[in-house]
Amino acid sequence: MNVREFRHIGKEMTERPELRRFLSGQGRYIDDFALPHMLHAAVLRSPYAHAELKGLATAEARSLPGVAGIFTAADLGPAPQPIPVRLNPYATLDPYLQYPLAAGRIRYVGEPLALVVAASRAIAEDAAALIAIKATELPAATDALADPPAALFPEAPDNIACRFTDGFGDLGEAMQEAEEIVEFAFHTGRHSAVPLEARGLLAAFDPGRRRLDVFGFTKVPHFNRAVLARMLGLPERNLNIVVPDVGGGFGVRGEFYPEDFLIPFAAMRLGRPVKWIEDRLEHLMAANHSREQHYAIRLGLTRAGRLLGLEVQLVNDMGAYMRTHGVIVPELSAGMLPGPYRFTAYRCDVRAVMTNKTPTGTYRGPGRFECNAARERLLDVAAARIGIDPAEIRRRNFIPADAMPYRLGTHALGEEVIYDSGDYPAALADVLARSGYKANRHAAHVGGPRRGFGIGCFVEKTGKGPYEGARVALDPSGVIEVATGATSLGQGLETMLAKVVAEALFQPPERILVRSGETGLLQFGGGSFASRATVLAGNAAWQAAQELAGRLIGAAAGRLGTTSANLHLVPGAVAAADGNMVTLSELARGADPLGPELAVTVYFPAPHMAYAHGAVVASVEVDPALGRVLPLRLWVSYDVGTVINPDIVGAQIEGGAAQAIGGALLEAFVYDSAGQLQSGSLADYLLPVADFVPPISHHDLGRSPSPLNPLGVKGAGEAGLVGVGAALANAVADALGLPAAVDRLPMTPERVWRWAQAVKAAA
Amino acid sequence: MTEPSASPRPIRVSVNGVDHERTVEPRLLLSDFLRHDLGLTGTHVGCEHGVCGACTVAFDDQPVRSCLMFAVQADGHRIGTIEGMADGETLHPLQMAFWELSGLQCGFCTPGFLITARDFLARNPDPSEQEVREALSGNLCRCTGYQSIVAAVLEAARRLRQAPLAGLGKS
Amino acid sequence: MKPAPFAWCAPATLDEALDLLAGHADAARILAGGQTLGPLLNMRLATPSILIDINGIGELAGLHPDLAGLTIGALTRQSTLEDDPALAALQPLIAMAIPHIAHRAVRNRGTVGGSLAHADPAAEWPALVTLLGAQLLARSKSRGMRLIGADEFFITHLTTALAPDELLCEVRVPPSPPGAGYAVLEFARRHGDFAVAGAMVRLTSDAGGKLTDPRLVLFGTGRRALRARRAEAMLAGASAGTALFAAAAATAATEIDPYDDLHASAEYRRHLAEVLASRALEEALARMNGKRHD
Repeated sequence: MNVREFRHIGKEMTERPELRRFLSGQGRYIDDFALPHMLHAAVLRSPYAHAELKGLATAEARSLPGVAGIFTAADLGPAPQPIPVRLNPYATLDPYLQYPLAAGRIRYVGEPLALVVAASRAIAEDAAALIAIKATELPAATDALADPPAALFPEAPDNIACRFTDGFGDLGEAMQEAEEIVEFAFHTGRHSAVPLEARGLLAAFDPGRRRLDVFGFTKVPHFNRAVLARMLGLPERNLNIVVPDVGGGFGVRGEFYPEDFLIPFAAMRLGRPVKWIEDRLEHLMAANHSREQHYAIRLGLTRAGRLLGLEVQLVNDMGAYMRTHGVIVPELSAGMLPGPYRFTAYRCDVRAVMTNKTPTGTYRGPGRFECNAARERLLDVAAARIGIDPAEIRRRNFIPADAMPYRLGTHALGEEVIYDSGDYPAALADVLARSGYKANRHAAHVGGPRRGFGIGCFVEKTGKGPYEGARVALDPSGVIEVATGATSLGQGLETMLAKVVAEALFQPPERILVRSGETGLLQFGGGSFASRATVLAGNAAWQAAQELAGRLIGAAAGRLGTTSANLHLVPGAVAAADGNMVTLSELARGADPLGPELAVTVYFPAPHMAYAHGAVVASVEVDPALGRVLPLRLWVSYDVGTVINPDIVGAQIEGGAAQAIGGALLEAFVYDSAGQLQSGSLADYLLPVADFVPPISHHDLGRSPSPLNPLGVKGAGEAGLVGVGAALANAVADALGLPAAVDRLPMTPERVWRWAQAVKAAA
Repeated sequence: MTEPSASPRPIRVSVNGVDHERTVEPRLLLSDFLRHDLGLTGTHVGCEHGVCGACTVAFDDQPVRSCLMFAVQADGHRIGTIEGMADGETLHPLQMAFWELSGLQCGFCTPGFLITARDFLARNPDPSEQEVREALSGNLCRCTGYQSIVAAVLEAARRLRQAPLAGLGKS
Repeated sequence: MKPAPFAWCAPATLDEALDLLAGHADAARILAGGQTLGPLLNMRLATPSILIDINGIGELAGLHPDLAGLTIGALTRQSTLEDDPALAALQPLIAMAIPHIAHRAVRNRGTVGGSLAHADPAAEWPALVTLLGAQLLARSKSRGMRLIGADEFFITHLTTALAPDELLCEVRVPPSPPGAGYAVLEFARRHGDFAVAGAMVRLTSDAGGKLTDPRLVLFGTGRRALRARRAEAMLAGASAGTALFAAAAATAATEIDPYDDLHASAEYRRHLAEVLASRALEEALARMNGKRHD
């Protein structure tokens, strides 16, 4: 497919209008909303990892002045409902779903036990501290690889909630043919998104009309509205959802959590608005964790470095409950593990193991940060085994560009993995050239502090369907308005849609008004996850705007007494060749409800995902005596098809890369053997800061538009993240000079020091 | 002699050049006072334990964590928040550089970065990139990877050196 | 994360503060910069019923150099020291250590006395006063004024020799010996974090090049910042050299009692202490010999 020329798409748009309000403190985040007579909630959370809950003594707390209500599991009614799985819901996961409040069994530290509502948050916390928890502690299962000391659920005595297999080819035959077998174990540590703004919700109920206003749903407001309506027994349309500005989402914020039921429930019961703002300590133990996976891998290859068989045992630590993502994280790992390479045969056996830790879900690049790191490390180990350069083993095994579209033979998010387009060798060649890999890596190995270079290649799924909608309309004031069910989480959705619609309607992007997220805008909406907003909402807006262009021209033709063929759109008007014109304002004022509506809604379907790809080189400096790793520089070459706004895509690459640096070197939810979270504050859960993140240089290859959609776009939200952990791990291994040493993330100083000791011992 | 008391007490605070008189409980955090008593919601709360820097305000012209101070401690003092950074409709050169170079995505950390950077550039008008990175390391951003923030601060520094009066806002 | 209720008072004079402390010693805590106490209050890990806020007591803040050394008021903010152009000449080690303390916004509130009274073994101030042989001046209504040597001030992790009614008022630091070379090395996960381990060194030598009164303090490696006295004894009177420094560092690492936490095991901390001690000795030597001016 050829790369096409656009006027606005692909051009830089600086001073993006949607950013202006954030610069002067005019963003409206959830805690910035207030309603008259509003009450404040605090959640009483379990201090135990695993226990039988015998009772909660709430009398003293209830009598505290200012307390309006305390709700325990018993107050939720006789048949409380669990929170359902949103993506790939299998009935076999039902026993492991979480209820809004624990009743009977407590399964992790931080599990909600009661909701306290009071005149202020401080008083609600005072009251929560007065509730006595009567419980009998049980042994905690904290290690998914160990024999469990206790079962979390009677349905799974071994704590394995689910097993499944993905793969292709005849593995036995492939291994038979192999001349070398490489065995490698790799582990990725538990960490998560930790957006700078924690979660929050404000709910108000109008009992006369039985209408519920909910402020604070993000990411998937339509889905959350449906779940909440069902749990509360209200008609869906009686729920009015207000999506505020959001201080970062990254997959974790905006899923349906226990509090998303509890706060509206309390507002209904108390007849007053109730607000809950999650504090940071709560967030670290209550919002989804992610990433904790254990790989045991056998790779068969020829002495010439041709990859044959890949056999993987994958254990995914699920935490205490199945949350809204079910088991899609390990599914994505298993489905995407082969990456950009050809294998003759592949099998991945997955076990999803329940543990007494915070439940897990998706975090930007779910399953791929992990599987890419495992695979790319494996390739470096294999390259060292047969004595070729890490770049060379990749070159010899890439799926070539002329094999596209390429049916991989695995599955992801419930569909077959079919790579739609891409030139994988070109991405690696590009990043190697830009980083001066060959010369610099050689120089790095000569004397001095130990420097290393590492490669990480990736294929990235984007644009998950089934659909997203956009409505493009001529507002009565003559402004073009675009509304979508996708949600803005700070990723530049407004600019992207404004440019797409501007392109189709020949208007300046500044004149396009974008509304997103609110459930009242469109009847159906997917939301913003899986790098889907540009692919789905972008194409929906593109098609809707094109159809609207036709209608505008048609309406103008009537007014000007000419035919559509003589007319074209110009900024602010429809013009004829002879210079006659009618402005959009005039068309809007003259709109006739009996004529064609000057508004078009399109739901864009995506039966198959579009696959972006890229390659990363990381350079690091390692002080082996201390174990200190300093990232020195990252180079990312990527291809996400057509780029709508290069600045936004670049920002996504940089932001994703920084998060991967955190996951590779700093961030870790550490539990002790009793299931207590040790890194429960931002003083101990370490996020990357400005002088830890090195310069990141990135290059858009821009040569592989997706053939699956009219704009040729692929999502870019996660591409910056998914290859960087792999590249950093390989760079550290390179610096240490022992290819197989680095077997887990994060690469904490003590681990690096211990690996370096092993190097010394081997020498 | 002041005896200890948990009762609300009157305070008088100048915020962005405007005097405010309120009566507050001793345990009310300065961040909550600004946001909920005065309605200045541009100061954001990201951790309430002094790590993230989102709540940074100028206290007698010095950046501080407003989550680690009590409103009663601000009695008789001057506070500068993000709402007072622009001069009417004219953005401060730092705000302008953040806008032009997209030194933000979700905007939640932005006020803290701007208050921190304004003080830093006043003390160090011609910083190196490394100095900027160190000076900003007490503020967390989860979206940008810091590249565009560092670039924006360096660009603002360049502009402020050329037109130093442009940076005089209220506080 | 809102603090539990407390009663608050803000004395305007030292005398008033001491009266309040005398009256409420068991229930009260001193609120100085609040950069450590603030998080503890917000998390309800500290729930004092009374806070005595000393921020309004001007007489407790400020630097006073004289022939006996440098007197630092307990309420002096870290950033006041950071911005004092005379400090690097008066007390080079303090000037070198300040930038390691958290971040500017924290240094703008955080005080010298607050850091000392909190006695975190990974913090810079306990290590500084231990190495420099400072005297800490405390006052109370019951005991009047008392000077406490740094060695006696820190009892263990988060525990000092201060009585409940005593207020730490000033730090008296002896003059820096002529020709001294200093070094501060910290290993922290990120810039501004508490040290996983740290070493501070002061070296001076006589006309013949023999080391005189060498000082080596390790911090973040035990229940309190520790002068490695056996290592110092090996260095005293000897000629500086890499082999000597390596041996002294190895000895120093046997003098500490490191602990496990989620950032480092005791074994790794001991190793870090040795590496940092050795590197700090080399760096201090280079400074003493005038080779480093950074």
